Amino acid sequence: MSVTEPSPATRSTTPAPPPRPPAGRPAGARWALRAAGLAGALVLLLALTVLSLGFGARPLTAAEVWHGLLDSDSAAYHVVHGMRLPRTLLGLLVGVALGLAGGVMQALTRNPLADPGLLGINAGASAAVVTAITFLGVTAFTGYVWFALAGAAVVSALVYTVGGGRGATPARLALAGAALNAALYSYVNAAMILNTVSLDRMRFWTVGSLASAQTDTVMKVLPFIASGVLVSLALARPLNALALGDDQARALGARPARVRVASIVAVTLLCGAATAAAGPIVFVGLMVPHLVRALTGPDLRWMLPYCAVLAPVLLLGADVLGRLLGRPGELQVGIVTAVLGGPLFLYVLRRRKVAGA
Amino acid sequence: MKPVTTEKTAREKTAPQRTGTGGAPAGTGADGPSGPAPARVRRPRRLGGAGAPPGGTLRTLRPLPAVSLRYRPRTLAAAAGCLFAALAVGVLSVGSGEFPIGPAEVLRTIAGSGTPAQDFIVNELRLPRVIAALLAGAALALSGAVFQSVVRNPLGSPDLLGLTQGASTGALVVVITGGSSAALAGGAVAGGLLTGLLIFALAWRQGLHGLRLVLIGIGVMAMLTGVNGYLLTRAKLMEASRAVLWLTGSLDGRGWAEVTPLLIAVTVLLPVTVVGCGRALRMAEMGDDAAHALGIRVERVRLVALGSAVALASFAAACAGPVAFVALTAPQLAKRLTKAPGPNLVPAACMGAALLVCADWAAQNAFGARQLPVGVVTGLLGGGYLVWLLARQRRAGRL
Repeated sequence: MSVTEPSPATRSTTPAPPPRPPAGRPAGARWALRAAGLAGALVLLLALTVLSLGFGARPLTAAEVWHGLLDSDSAAYHVVHGMRLPRTLLGLLVGVALGLAGGVMQALTRNPLADPGLLGINAGASAAVVTAITFLGVTAFTGYVWFALAGAAVVSALVYTVGGGRGATPARLALAGAALNAALYSYVNAAMILNTVSLDRMRFWTVGSLASAQTDTVMKVLPFIASGVLVSLALARPLNALALGDDQARALGARPARVRVASIVAVTLLCGAATAAAGPIVFVGLMVPHLVRALTGPDLRWMLPYCAVLAPVLLLGADVLGRLLGRPGELQVGIVTAVLGGPLFLYVLRRRKVAGA
Repeated sequence: MKPVTTEKTAREKTAPQRTGTGGAPAGTGADGPSGPAPARVRRPRRLGGAGAPPGGTLRTLRPLPAVSLRYRPRTLAAAAGCLFAALAVGVLSVGSGEFPIGPAEVLRTIAGSGTPAQDFIVNELRLPRVIAALLAGAALALSGAVFQSVVRNPLGSPDLLGLTQGASTGALVVVITGGSSAALAGGAVAGGLLTGLLIFALAWRQGLHGLRLVLIGIGVMAMLTGVNGYLLTRAKLMEASRAVLWLTGSLDGRGWAEVTPLLIAVTVLLPVTVVGCGRALRMAEMGDDAAHALGIRVERVRLVALGSAVALASFAAACAGPVAFVALTAPQLAKRLTKAPGPNLVPAACMGAALLVCADWAAQNAFGARQLPVGVVTGLLGGGYLVWLLARQRRAGRL
């Protein structure tokens, strides 16, 4: 601070804050605020994890959960390890996957409506799973993973090529996705109508649930989701550049075509694995990025980590709530996220001017 | 999906037009001498309605000195062609089945001079189904045309805004509580109307704006999809399979009892939409300010048009179920045929009727002994069509 400048009248002992730049908060303070927010979100996630482990037909205290996790002689060991741990872990993984996938897709398509559901990727996974059930007689839950992944991969490749490949525009991607979506769900419906066994399995799978989670399922989807997470976080910077338009992005050293392909790969890994494990949970990927953008602004280097933390908060919270509301049974998590997330999404839309609307 | 017209194509098209038919002012009446001109300036066939010159020639018909009707020959021909195709396939469809009846016989029986057996098969068993297809197709397409015009986005059709999902929720509630099929239709209408009301109430902020309506519609749709999934898990397996059949969209076993409400709705709402709002909607597509300047009460027109679009979609869903894709594709197909600007309400309705009748005929006859519900066929065809369209436009370097 120069001597000629009048020093700010401060009564505190802390050093005076640097003069505000004309627009917004100073960069350092903004960084600190966002980092603090992220830390807060992580604490929230931890609390919900404990809650999810402790809540159920037999409620456990935090201490009991802790013993149940570590001590194999503890009375809670079987409850925690047998049922609630896989379920909670799956909720975490699926939440991270859907949140990141939604964030990457909305950035990629520059489309506020982009969502794994809307671009047909969930539908691809569903169609593959219904094929597996109806025609190949797959019954094991873990058998779905491969089919769902393959379906998601085929559909995202198809959306991408049909939607224009290199020169994909948001409108064309969205249209391609909607087209495939409707066509694939017609196929799914046809299979369900012609085969009651498929109907009986699919109607429980398509609502999205964590209830049948097993350690096996978790381990099977973990590598896919982990690699998807890594790819998406690495994409934050190039996708930021891409938001300026292809020419600007190229000038900044990003390669638009390569970034798009990598984004599609990441979204496929994330959505395919999440959908296989928990069924098509549509709403999280659409809503979380919208909420996060209200908190962090459009910078993906902040947005994506926030998405990765807040989406599982939403998903676990919804799962616990579903167990609470549906007693003695439960409401499937996909239903709770839809019913809960809907009003929240509408509220954000009404409060904020999303994309000029 | 409005393809951007490149400067080059725009010049290509305007240049010959000035020398050709376009130069003659519309409505000069005697166009005998300009007969050979169109052949000379025939434009290369192109895809995409918006890339074409706006609307082709306008003609005026003066049946009486005080009355003048302006029309575009191309639009008229497209609408008439679709309507003819719809009715022709309808007659074929009435004639086909376990007891085949020739088209001439069908027409005679409908006119009231068939044998008692024919009268029963045609008028009681098969005709209601075909009429349901015609009306539901027209209603869905009209609803889609209005929505796409207001939202200014081809994705803004009632299927994507949650209206048909709302109708489904209403119907599912009835199915699970074990209601009759009449109650099911009532539930569907109520569900659709309530959803429309909810979307409008949420999206209203000094008027209805396109993108906000889409976003809110999608939010509502996502919620309702969750609710529907839940309702489906609560049903017994038999009820669930009945519900899924309805959710796909099916015309199987429709009788006069199911068709009559839709017939009344279309009779009332079609004129309201087409005559009352058609021209104003076309003006409003130029932008709110321009339309205001031309004396159009944009908000009121939008509200009326959207209200009747919601009602049309709800009644269509009540009769045929939420048939996929007709509301989305029919207006776009019609637009490609007419190459006229604006919502193209009448051609869209004719196209929708033709599409659904053809799809229903295919669903009954094209898959061997196994009859599929019509919604499966429209879904597969519609998806295929849109994919093809996108691929074509990509190759042509458009969009």
